[in-house]
Amino acid sequence: MDLKLLSALNAARRARKAAVLVTDLDGGPARIVTEDVLAGDRLEEPIRAALRSGRSGVVGETRTFLTVQVPPAQMVVIGAVHISQALVPLARLLGYDPVIVDPRTAFATKERFPDVTVHAEWPDVALPPLNVDRYTAFIALTHDPKIDDPALIHAFERDCFYIGALGSRKTHAKRVERLGAQGVSAEAMARIKAPVGLAIGAITPAEIAVSIMAEVTQAWRQGIA
Amino acid sequence: MLTSDDDILAQAETWAKAGKGVAVATVVETWGSAPRPVGSHLVIDEDGTFLGSVSGGCVEGEVVTEALDVIGSGKPRLLEFGVADETAWRSGLSCGGRIAVYVEKVG
Repeated sequence: MDLKLLSALNAARRARKAAVLVTDLDGGPARIVTEDVLAGDRLEEPIRAALRSGRSGVVGETRTFLTVQVPPAQMVVIGAVHISQALVPLARLLGYDPVIVDPRTAFATKERFPDVTVHAEWPDVALPPLNVDRYTAFIALTHDPKIDDPALIHAFERDCFYIGALGSRKTHAKRVERLGAQGVSAEAMARIKAPVGLAIGAITPAEIAVSIMAEVTQAWRQGIA
Repeated sequence: MLTSDDDILAQAETWAKAGKGVAVATVVETWGSAPRPVGSHLVIDEDGTFLGSVSGGCVEGEVVTEALDVIGSGKPRLLEFGVADETAWRSGLSCGGRIAVYVEKVG
């Protein structure tokens, strides 16, 4: 592999861009294909399929290997709450890069969240610079419509692969009503996982964090993949 | 700490830019039960330092040895590993699967 190709692959990853390294297993030259130069490529179809699935593999009869690189998943948590304290280390262990947004400075303290970036600002200020994208898991945990609602709207606009929100079915029904009144489509609303997390009977904040992380993993592996 | 593919390929780049001979090993095919998915990387420098994995630890030793040859010769190699066989010299996979690993030099 040419060092230039390796550098380009790493640069694409840092820029959160999907890229495919095409390697001839019989020793021929390798190349990198990104989504913006894909049209008309002789391997356009298999590369497109590989990007969709996120899976690397051998294609064609000529023993060509596609190394698929999709950006590392990031996680945005709205709410510096108890569940977030359990969720952050778990998300890290699974390879996510978590950040927390909560305008309530009493919650968003360094003491409660020593090792994670906490933006103590309102979602409309904190979220735009975070590059929320389709490789982002977005989880709203404040239970406060003033904070969660605008954050969720941002998550819809950026097409996050996972959008979850804390709250009972009843709370969620009210949320759907409110968001609907603000013009959010039924289709976007149907994407919200609420109550957040898989139904594993979780009670403690740590167990709820596990149920959320399991549901995020499912969405990442079965949704994007 | 657990490493991600991110760290692994970044490490390969760092080594190569520091002037070291470096090889990248990639799982290109798996059959049956395999410990690491297709696309997993192991990177090796000329001193035998490595990062990442292509199996659950069963064949890493041999991949590193082969990688040092690849760094020396510059010629890529396709390695195949099957079920562990106590009488065979080659290492194998205790899980019963088969994997193919492509080893190539960086640079």
